[in-house]
Amino acid sequence: MMLIPCPWCGPRNEIEFHYGGQADVRCPADPQAVSDEDWATFLFFRDNPKGVFTERWSHVAGCRRWFTVRRDTDSNRVLPSEGTQQARTVTT
Amino acid sequence: MSNEFRLADGGRIDRDRPVRFDFEGQQLQGYAGDTLASALLANGVHRVATSNKYGRPRGIMAAGAEEPNALVQVEAPFPEPMLPATTVEVRDGLQASGLPGKGRLATEEDPARYDTMHTHCDVLVVGAGPAGLAAALSAARSGARVIVADADTEFGGSLLGSGQTLDGRAATDWVRRTTAELAEHPEVRLLPRTTVFGYYEDNYLVALEHRGDDASSRQRIWRMRAREVVLATGAHERPLVFSGNDRPGIMLAGSARTYVNRYAVLPGRRAVVFTTNDSAYAAAIDLHDAGVEIVAVVDAREVVSTYWASLCVERGIRIHASTGVVSTSGTDRITSAHLSSLGPEGNHPTSVRQVVTCDLLLVSGGWNPAVHLHSQARGSVRFAEDIGAFVPDGTDQAARSAGAVTGVLATGKCLTSGAEAGRDAARAAGFDAELARVPDSKHAPILAARHLWVVPGSGDSDGTTQFVDLARDATVADVRRAVAAGMDNVEHVKRYTTIGTAHDQGKTSGTLSTGVIAEVLGVGVGELGTTTFRAPYTPVTFAALAGRERGDLYDPVRVTAMHDWHVEQGALFENVGQWKRPWYYPHSGEDMETAVLRECYAVRSGVGMQDVSTLGKIDVQGPDAAEFLDLVYTNKMSTLKVGRIRYGLMCTADGMVFDDGTVTRTAEHRYLISTTSGGAANVLAHLEDWLQTEWTHLRVHLTSVTEHWATIALVGPESRQVLADVAPELDVDNDGFGFMTWQEGNVAGVHARVCRISFSGELAFEINVPWWYGREVWEVLMAGGRPYGITPYGTETMHVLRAEKGFPIVGQDTDGTITPHDLGMSWAVSKKKDDFLGKRSFSRPDTARTDRKHLVGLLPEDTNLVLPEGAQIVEQPELGEPPVPMLGHVTSSYRSAVLGSGFALAVVKGGRDRVGETLYSPVGDRPVPVTVTEPVFYDKEGARRDG
Ligand SMILES: [Zn+2]
Repeated sequence: MMLIPCPWCGPRNEIEFHYGGQADVRCPADPQAVSDEDWATFLFFRDNPKGVFTERWSHVAGCRRWFTVRRDTDSNRVLPSEGTQQARTVTT
Repeated sequence: MSNEFRLADGGRIDRDRPVRFDFEGQQLQGYAGDTLASALLANGVHRVATSNKYGRPRGIMAAGAEEPNALVQVEAPFPEPMLPATTVEVRDGLQASGLPGKGRLATEEDPARYDTMHTHCDVLVVGAGPAGLAAALSAARSGARVIVADADTEFGGSLLGSGQTLDGRAATDWVRRTTAELAEHPEVRLLPRTTVFGYYEDNYLVALEHRGDDASSRQRIWRMRAREVVLATGAHERPLVFSGNDRPGIMLAGSARTYVNRYAVLPGRRAVVFTTNDSAYAAAIDLHDAGVEIVAVVDAREVVSTYWASLCVERGIRIHASTGVVSTSGTDRITSAHLSSLGPEGNHPTSVRQVVTCDLLLVSGGWNPAVHLHSQARGSVRFAEDIGAFVPDGTDQAARSAGAVTGVLATGKCLTSGAEAGRDAARAAGFDAELARVPDSKHAPILAARHLWVVPGSGDSDGTTQFVDLARDATVADVRRAVAAGMDNVEHVKRYTTIGTAHDQGKTSGTLSTGVIAEVLGVGVGELGTTTFRAPYTPVTFAALAGRERGDLYDPVRVTAMHDWHVEQGALFENVGQWKRPWYYPHSGEDMETAVLRECYAVRSGVGMQDVSTLGKIDVQGPDAAEFLDLVYTNKMSTLKVGRIRYGLMCTADGMVFDDGTVTRTAEHRYLISTTSGGAANVLAHLEDWLQTEWTHLRVHLTSVTEHWATIALVGPESRQVLADVAPELDVDNDGFGFMTWQEGNVAGVHARVCRISFSGELAFEINVPWWYGREVWEVLMAGGRPYGITPYGTETMHVLRAEKGFPIVGQDTDGTITPHDLGMSWAVSKKKDDFLGKRSFSRPDTARTDRKHLVGLLPEDTNLVLPEGAQIVEQPELGEPPVPMLGHVTSSYRSAVLGSGFALAVVKGGRDRVGETLYSPVGDRPVPVTVTEPVFYDKEGARRDG
C-alpha cells in the first residue's frame, strides 16, 4: 500500500487514488491538424519503464484533483526531490 | 501415564489450570500455557503426522512457526486445517489429529467474527525477544508512539526457553519488568499473539492477531503505517542433512531446550546431540540437568570449545569431535544414530561407524536469521561467512534490523543492538531518545562454526532419504536431479523441486537448500543467494483478511428514497453498480417473463411508473459551462435554450462511445447532465480529468447531485392525465409542455422539476423532487394513477421497451469498441463544431471503415425463440470446420408483448448493409436463422411520443 502525496491533502493511502498512466502526453492543440499516425501515437502509445516514471494520479476518494508524481516503478518509491505538482496533461 | 515426560516443577505452564484435549481419539491432559506440541511431548507422543509425498512418519521438529512437520487438523472448537502443532494453544475441548500434508476446510459456517484495525505509529517493533524488548524500551521512553508485536502468547522470545540469567536473575524477570514498564507508557501498544506477516511499500505492515475463540473477535488483522520499523525477528535453527534425518524424535537443539525450560517437558530419555556450532551445547547441558541422558555430543568440528567441553566433562557427557551422524534407525521414533568420523573440512570422510541407541536426536546446523520481512520490504541480504547464513544488508525503507536477525547470536549483543535500534528509530521519527540500559548477561566465548550442508558419508549414496525440505518431502536426490536438468539458480531449483513452497515457506530449509544446491553445483553459497521472500510470513485465513467485509457488508449498498416501497410491493432487485434497482414486480404466481410482459403491456397501453433515481446527475456550473459541454458531448449543447433538454452522447478521445444521457439547461451558466446509473463516477472523473489537465482555462465546476433528487418516470398514453390530476398547476398540454422541455411546479404539493423525456417511445414525464420527498410523491402518483391501472415497472421492462425502440444501453450494447456511427447515431454527432472529444478519431482509417460492426435488429424466424445475449452471429447455416468467422454478437434480447415474438439487438459486421438478409446464430447445437432488421422495432415514425 503506497503512500501517495496528494499536493492538496498530503500523503494518503493508495486505495484513495485512481491511476492515470504516463504524464506529459500532450493532446495536440489542433487534433484535426495532425496526421493519423501522430494522433494514434497520442491515443495509444505509452512508455512502460522499469525505473523512474512521471505519471498521473487522481485523488478520487479525496479532493478529486489530478496531479503528477515521479515514481520508481521498480521500488514503488515516489521521488521526493521532484515532489508532486498539479497535473499538466490528459492522456485519454 | 499422563504427563509422564513432564518435569515435577519449573516451566511457564500454569499447573493450576489443567486442560483436557483429544488427539486422534486419545484423551490427553496438558496445562494452560502448553502448545499442542508441548502437551503431546509431555504425554510421550512424538509421531504426529505423515509426510505428504512418501507417507513417512513425522514428529515435532521445532517449537514455533518454523515447524515443517507436525501439521494437524483441528476439529474442535472450530475446524481448521494445516496448523503446526507448535503454534496451537491447548485448551479444554481441543480436538485435533495429525495430517498427511493436506488438510480439510470446514464445511459448516464459521460462527466467529473477524476484525480489522487500522493504525499509525512512530516506531513499530516486530518481535519481542531480547532485541525487540530493548528496542521498545529505548523508543518508548522517548515518548514515541510504539507498537510491539510478537507472534508468541507472551513476550520474551528466546529468553522464555533458554533458562539463562540477566543481571544475575532469571531472564524472565527482566522480561516481566520490561513488559510491565512498556505497558505503563500511554503511547505504547503491546500486541502479543500477533504475527506481522507482510511488509509493503512506505512502511505499511500487516499483522494477524490471534485473540482466541472466546474473544469478541477470533482474529484481527492489523494494518499499520509506521514512521520507523525495528525488525527484531530473530533466527531459526537450521537442521542438518543426513540419511533418515526426518524421523520422529529428531528435533532442533534450541527447540528441545525450549521444551525443557519453558514447558517443563522432556522430549526424550536418551539423547544424541549433533551440532556444527556452539549453540547446541547449551541444550545438551540443560537437558542433562533436567534428567535426560546425553549419550553423545557429536560435533562436526575438529576443535571444540573448551568452555563447553569443560561443562560437558563435569557432567560426564562424551564429545565426539570431527564426527557426524550419517544415518538413523527407527520406525515411528528414532531408535539409534549412526556415527562416522568426518575428517578435516573438505576431506573425504573415513568410514568408522558406531551405532548409538537413543530416543532423541538433537540437531543444530547453525542459525538462519529470519530476514523474511526485511526481504519482503525489498531490503537486500548478504551471505555472512561467520554464521553461514544470509543477513540483512541495507534497505531503502525507514527500517533497521536488530538482534539475532542481524547474525549476532549472543544475548548481550542482541540486547545492545536492540536498544540502539530503538533509540535510532525514535530519533529518526523526531524524538529525543536515549539508549536504554540493558542488563548484563553471561557471555560464553563463541567458537567458529563449521558449515555443513550435506553430511559427508551419509548412508544412502543416492540421497533419497536425505531430506532438505521435510514439509515438501524434497531430498538431496531431488536437488541433484534439478541441477542435472540444467537448473543453476535457486529460483529455478525451488520451482523444480518445490523446496520452500510449503506452509512454512522454507523457514528451516531455505538457507539449507541454497547450501545444498551450491555444493552440488560446486559454487559458493553467497553467489547463489536466496529465493524471493513473499508475504505472508505465516499462513493467514481468508476469513481474517475479509474481516467484517462479508455478506451484507461486503460492499456498500445504495438504495433510493422509494426503496422500502419496492420491497413492500415484492419487487425483485437487480444490482447496478452498488445500487439496488427494482428488476420487476411479480404478482403472485407470476414468473419473470409473465410479469415483464404484463408490465410492458401496461406501459404501452395505459400508464406505468419507474424509479429512475439512480441515474447519475452532475450539476455543471460556470460561465464556460456551455463551451465545456460542447467539447465533451458529440453534439452541440451551447445552442440549447434555457428550459430545454437535449440527448447527448459522450465519447472518449479514441472516438468510442463512453456514456450517454440528457443535458438540461437550467440557467444561462448552468446545466444538469444525467449519466447511466453505473457510469456516474467514471463520467465525473473523466470530465474532471479534461477540465483540470487540458482545459484549465475553462471556468467550470462540477458537482455530483445524484442523491439530491428522487426521480420518477411516469410513462404511457395515460401519463398526462395522471400528472394533470396530481399537479393541477402544471400545464401538461402538448403545446404548453413540449417534448424535450422542462417545467418547475408543484407535484403532489412538492416543488418539482418535470421533464418531458422518454426512454420508451411513449408519452412520458420525468418528475424530480428533493430526495426526502421521493417516497411521498411516488405514493401520491400511485394513488392518483390507480383509476388508470397504473403499474410499477422495473429495469427489465425498461430494457424491453427501450430495445423495441432501438435505444442502445451504453455498456450493454456497446463495449468500448463502438462509435456513435456504429450505433447509427450520426445524427447525434455535430458536423459544425471545430472539435470535441472523439472527433479526430472518426476519420482514423480503422474508425472510418464501412464494414465495422453496426447496431442492428434481429428477428429469429422462430417467433418463440429468445436468443441468448452474447450469442454469436455467423453467415452460414452450417458451421463447418473451426475457426468459423464470426460476424458479431447479440447484445440485447427479449420477448416483446407488442411484437408477439422474441427480438434482439446485435452488433454485426457491415450490419446496416445486411438489413433483410438471413444470418445464423448458433443456439444449443445448431445455428438458427435470424433476419437482420433496422434496430427500431416499434413505432418507427415516433407517433406515440406526444400521446
Ligand atoms: Zn487530495
